[in-house]
Amino acid sequence: MARPLLQFNDNGIYCAAGDFYIDPWKPVDDAVITHAHSDHARWGNKRYLAHDLSREVMKYRLGDIRLETIGYNETIFKNGVKISFHPAGHVIGSSQVRVEHKGNIWVVSGDYKLEDDGVCTPFEPVKCHTFISECTFGMPVYKWKPPTEVHDDINNWWRTNASEGKTSVIAGYSLGKAQRILQHLDLSIGKVFLHGVIANTHGALLRNGIHLQEATRITSDLGRDQTKGGMVICPPSALGSPWMKRFHPYSFGYCSGWMTLRGAKRRRAADRGFVLSDHADWDGLIQAIDATECECVSLTHGYTASFTRYLSELGYDAHEAHTYYGGDEGVEEDSVLEESVINASEGEDV
Amino acid sequence: MKDFARLFTELDETNKTNEKVSVLKNYFISVPDEDKIHTLAIFTGRKPKRQINSTLMKLWAMEVSSIPQWLFEESYQVVGDLGETIALLFPDTDVTNDKPLSEWIAEINSLGLMTEEGRKQWLIDSWNIMNRQERFVFNKILTGSFRVGVSQNLIIKALAEISGLDAATLTHRIMGNWDPASFSFYDLMQEQDASDDASRPYPFCLAYAIQETSDKQKTAEEIGEHLGDPQLWQAEWKWDGFRAQAIHRGGKIFIWTRGEDLATDKFPELHSFLFDLPEGTVLDGEAICFSEGQPLPFNVLQTRIGRKNLTKKILAESPMVFIAYDCLEFAGDDIRSMPLKHRRSVLEKLHQHSSYSGIFRLSPVINFKSWQELYELRLTSRENYAEGFMLKKLDSVYQTGRKRGDWWKWKVDPLSVDAVMVYAQKGHGRRADLYTDYTFAVWDGDKLVPFAKAYSGLTDKEIKQVDYFVKRNTLEKFGPVRTVKPQLVFEIGFEGINRSTRHKSGVALRFPRILRWRQDKKMEDADTIETLRSMLDA
Repeated sequence: MARPLLQFNDNGIYCAAGDFYIDPWKPVDDAVITHAHSDHARWGNKRYLAHDLSREVMKYRLGDIRLETIGYNETIFKNGVKISFHPAGHVIGSSQVRVEHKGNIWVVSGDYKLEDDGVCTPFEPVKCHTFISECTFGMPVYKWKPPTEVHDDINNWWRTNASEGKTSVIAGYSLGKAQRILQHLDLSIGKVFLHGVIANTHGALLRNGIHLQEATRITSDLGRDQTKGGMVICPPSALGSPWMKRFHPYSFGYCSGWMTLRGAKRRRAADRGFVLSDHADWDGLIQAIDATECECVSLTHGYTASFTRYLSELGYDAHEAHTYYGGDEGVEEDSVLEESVINASEGEDV
Repeated sequence: MKDFARLFTELDETNKTNEKVSVLKNYFISVPDEDKIHTLAIFTGRKPKRQINSTLMKLWAMEVSSIPQWLFEESYQVVGDLGETIALLFPDTDVTNDKPLSEWIAEINSLGLMTEEGRKQWLIDSWNIMNRQERFVFNKILTGSFRVGVSQNLIIKALAEISGLDAATLTHRIMGNWDPASFSFYDLMQEQDASDDASRPYPFCLAYAIQETSDKQKTAEEIGEHLGDPQLWQAEWKWDGFRAQAIHRGGKIFIWTRGEDLATDKFPELHSFLFDLPEGTVLDGEAICFSEGQPLPFNVLQTRIGRKNLTKKILAESPMVFIAYDCLEFAGDDIRSMPLKHRRSVLEKLHQHSSYSGIFRLSPVINFKSWQELYELRLTSRENYAEGFMLKKLDSVYQTGRKRGDWWKWKVDPLSVDAVMVYAQKGHGRRADLYTDYTFAVWDGDKLVPFAKAYSGLTDKEIKQVDYFVKRNTLEKFGPVRTVKPQLVFEIGFEGINRSTRHKSGVALRFPRILRWRQDKKMEDADTIETLRSMLDA
């Protein structure tokens, strides 16, 4: 039997024919990056290939790296292996990586969602023989409401808080959720403020030519009366930190797919949990996998065991794959991810 | 149900006490009286009789859900709550209905007359006309597993603010044996309590702990600083039995447990002495197994309490007495506002006149001159078959519920061993989808033998770290249980230890819990089964 085009080894997802890795978790020579989240775009690789829209965020997060970028549906060859990027709809710049060699086509999904979030390029299914898919929310209890409803909920919550003289503090991961929240806020209600970490990412995205709604970075000279009644977007790690005290009185909201479960919401001690995710829900995963018309599917990070079994029963040749990406079987990735961002921004005014 | 489901959502949406009270007030003001009293019943643990058990509910939900059974089971493990799992697995519809809570409860109560097939159809039809949140709340009512994160105190506070009645009166009125079919909201709010029934107990006076954990030990000096002159205090042993309130009123007797269960039938030995007390007497004390002048270990009581039929054999093996420590009502008068000194003398008189002094015992008052003396005496608690001391201020009234200041419990430090975590299972509720329930083992030669399960004692942050470890160090999966690479060491505390033939380790622990995570220890440093056995003989 011929060697598979992509294999999981100690360093990451390896293409032997092209001698490169996709989203490696250990430093390698050639890294192809699906998106700029820190569990997928790690530090220490010699050369990076990513999407154009990941450029500034990766440079901000990883510093001075050798980075080449391309657009969606453009093609690049590495040692005769054809590589192209396709929209994954997860966050700005997120891509599925399509790899083709001798008529054999594989797609690595990275992270993805199917709904158009109004911020990043919407997901496009890519036909392939083998699909390597995430399954962060691969349990049937995870089913998202239409995002417009959630955005309405957030605006209504903000409006109520503002009318009661309270500041709204909302937590979401700094690349992805933060922009998504921001873009759908109704600015007639009040002003929007960004935690330093989010403002940094915001700045990087602006440099990358992305248009975002107006928001003010929170600095130490910003008085309490200035933020009163406003909306503050912060990373999840800010929860419970002394930094939050300056917004008192406030109501705290948390945006995540994990907020589906009452228990997860109670653990966060959030006043409001908004079920808003940048990952595909149960139906989304099945629909996406179906649309690839693949023969074989490998499941990475998430409820891999259960989801693999379910797909097998549906008739797929499905396999579980072990990776080091966040969001593994209910591990709340936000907190795992965000830590490295906080560390990376030490010394900045957050 | 719509209003009730919204109440539930709104209570869930805030962590602030004042906001919860205001949400409750708004709800109580806006719904009809029938719904008010049903809500109060549900929130104080008076759920409708369970007509559909959770096994059947799960089975029927599986049948109508569109996923395989094993996936349903795994979803349940992730969610950690059956009612919520079902709510999430069915499509979220916009359908809703205007049936008030009281009508739903009436329907639930009438299910007893239906066939099983009829109940099934009713349940599925009901699910179909509810949205997700209503379905969730409805399932919780049906299965009787209702926990809202709202204490009874908050509800009382809301009702007190609406009605102008004081909280202690309301707390007393909702005690005991009422059900919402016969007790109306009007009755509750009546200034003159005409509907008072003979069985109604008083709210228990509860004590705060002087030291929560063994690492917060208090010295005699610190106790002295806190409590002042020892002369002002009464000390008694803290008995390890069932806290109970014993009532003789209107020619009838009633025995209530601390959890407000009427348990008169569970304690037949206590009936004669109660009938012998003067009419209109209420005592607070401990129902406890007792033989040859000494309390028996708690597990003797435990084996008998679960039994439906108290056979002669069981009664002979676990003879029961009542150790009384307070008198709340005498000659039909509520004497809770009298000082303890006075209530104690009433209690002692009652005891003197009783012809059942073997069964009706007084909790002895301990003589002590200084806190240091008491501190040293406390170290002999286990030899005296007690858990430590109760300290009560001599001039204190009998408080409603848990109030800081007048009553303290000063427990003896728990026994403890260092043990290795070997199995893990996901938790429920707030701990859903996290590995929080662990099994611990000690060394038996070169093998690890499991001896205890514990759920509590870690911080949220530690739980997260352990969860991360479990997910990455699973050796085997048996249904919901994971065998974990033995590595993490924890100090396990417990109140007592007994021989057990049912457990592989040969021992059974009382109240095992995690005292701390010993990150400084390797698994080789864990204790051995011999250590546990030596505690048995101590």
